[in-house]
Amino acid sequence: MSQVPDPAILIAQIKDKLGIGADKVYGVIGEFSEPEELVEAGRTIRGMGYTKIDAMSPFPVHGIDEAIGVPYSKIGWIAVCGAIAGITTAQVLIYYVGVIDYPLIIGGKPLFDFTYSIPPTFELAILFTAITTFLCTWGLSGLPRLYHPSMNYRDAHRASDDRFLLVIESDDPKFDAQKTAEDMRRVGANDVEVVEG
Amino acid sequence: MSAVVQDPQLMELNPPLVQGTGDLHDLTDQISSVVEAQVFETPLKYWITLACTSSIVLLLGAMITYLVNTGIGVWGNNRPIGWAWDITNFVFWIGIGHAGTLISAILFLFRQKWRTSINRSAEAMTLFAVMCAGIFPLFHTGRPWRAFYWLFPIPNTDLNLWQNFRSPLIWDVFAVSTYFTVSLLFWFTGLVPDLATLRDRATTKVRQVVFGILSLGWRGSARHWRHYEQAYLILAGISTPLVLSVHSVVSFDFATSVIPGWHTTIFPPYFVAGAIFSGFACVMTLLLIARWLLNLQNLITIKHLDNMNKIILVTGSIVGYAYCTEFFIAWYSGSIYERFTFLNRAFGPYWWAAWSMYTCNVFIPQLYWFRKMRTNLWVMFIISITTNIGMWFERFVIIATSLTRDFLPSSWGYYSPTWVDICTFIGTIGLFLTLFLLFARFLPMIAMSEVKGVASQEKHAFAGQEGKVLHR
Repeated sequence: MSQVPDPAILIAQIKDKLGIGADKVYGVIGEFSEPEELVEAGRTIRGMGYTKIDAMSPFPVHGIDEAIGVPYSKIGWIAVCGAIAGITTAQVLIYYVGVIDYPLIIGGKPLFDFTYSIPPTFELAILFTAITTFLCTWGLSGLPRLYHPSMNYRDAHRASDDRFLLVIESDDPKFDAQKTAEDMRRVGANDVEVVEG
Repeated sequence: MSAVVQDPQLMELNPPLVQGTGDLHDLTDQISSVVEAQVFETPLKYWITLACTSSIVLLLGAMITYLVNTGIGVWGNNRPIGWAWDITNFVFWIGIGHAGTLISAILFLFRQKWRTSINRSAEAMTLFAVMCAGIFPLFHTGRPWRAFYWLFPIPNTDLNLWQNFRSPLIWDVFAVSTYFTVSLLFWFTGLVPDLATLRDRATTKVRQVVFGILSLGWRGSARHWRHYEQAYLILAGISTPLVLSVHSVVSFDFATSVIPGWHTTIFPPYFVAGAIFSGFACVMTLLLIARWLLNLQNLITIKHLDNMNKIILVTGSIVGYAYCTEFFIAWYSGSIYERFTFLNRAFGPYWWAAWSMYTCNVFIPQLYWFRKMRTNLWVMFIISITTNIGMWFERFVIIATSLTRDFLPSSWGYYSPTWVDICTFIGTIGLFLTLFLLFARFLPMIAMSEVKGVASQEKHAFAGQEGKVLHR
């Protein structure tokens, strides 16, 4: 694995590509040790008028979505489109194969009938729904990506372990590194850092 | 919902799902340490077991090579029994897989929190079982390199043919390949947050790169989780009808024919119940082995095993009920062929197979009415194995007894497997165990993010004891 470039250089190159200078600030991250504290703090921070808030946690924390104002996921509607696409594909395929391109008379059965097309249609509906849902889960989350500025936080690795992080991003109109960091401390974060992006 | 107040007596009856301190970091450490261990840190018993099972995979490779080189005549199936061990093994392995989806999807929809410790391994088991299942029909085609065009509707100039969508066999192809794909996507979706944990803990460059790519850049943001949870719910929601459809479609292979003993409407629910029954037994076997090999007693607790045994009892009884119904309908139908087939099943040349099946599937699991039996590790290990033997015999009995006595006595026959049949089946067991052991060692076998969610909620259930009511 000697070909793998140094991660620091790689990150610098990616930052350069994305137009993120080293002097730019990504946001303020505060660390909490309990999920309830995170939700409570998120709600207070939002009450202060911040809008670009994010939270990072090792498991889905219930109530965080309303607390920091993350809208409801629209994946359900996209999945329905996947199901419709699957049903259409199957019906068209079975009709085309059975009636138009390769008609075979077997036991006097009709060349196309709705009843015997049900099992493959059902399976394709499920298959297309699953693939659509799978792709959208990552696509809508902005994944896959190898780098994100929040990973610069010194304890970022604990967000997948046992800590709950609250993020206020720098593109928030109310953002001011000094003041926001103070606000973050006021809502009870154990550790606060102004993270460079 | 307010927290449940737990008193000590209730605790004994309903112990917490995760034993130990419930500290999140300890959980991460314990589960990841299996994956991150150096070679010599993994118990020696693990490597010895892996060496044994992977030797059996070599046997499978040899058998398949021999089959492809020589022709499918090396298997024992011949007229009148054209479907024998190959389809028996196919249905057997597909059935094994069903418990994985049941645990990961159906129990998820029913909010059964005890599934979190076992769902990852059950899903992996599904994938490996479907792989083993696929081997049999694929190699029964004789020319598997052409099977791609026979099985899937792919426009081709090689053979210039399309599939016959009136045949249940093509439905089966759609059902099984969809099942595999959806199970794989579901499993991988569940793995991503845990792969991110492994990436964040990685100490070597190789691990950083591998897990960095596999985890897709997951960082546990609230914006990720809301899509993730919704997607997980959808995947669980579509997997539930899918798993019921797969074994129904498998049963159509038989039910749409006109063979006595096969041509029956009871087959779809009967096959699905049997699949869940055998699958749960197989999860039990694997978990008991993995729990012992990798020391996971505090995560896979007696309570998990007890719950699974209850499901084995229920589904086993459903299967027993289906056997009775079959006999009743054979008598009630007034069809002499049906009556003969069922009498022949119980007292004909394959009586030994039929009675092994009744004993293993119906009588032995009745021991699970007793709590002592449901919580005894040796009892459950033995019953999990007898159940799988019984369910294998069920498929064999259905297939062989109906075919052995054709409508014309001049076409009667008796099937015995050849050594290639036997070694191929043993080979797939080896493949299955090897894949499972590799998974248990190299990927997080327990869904960390889900167990943490449950542990965190349980901690608050105990906080409720002190009068503090938490809302969630």
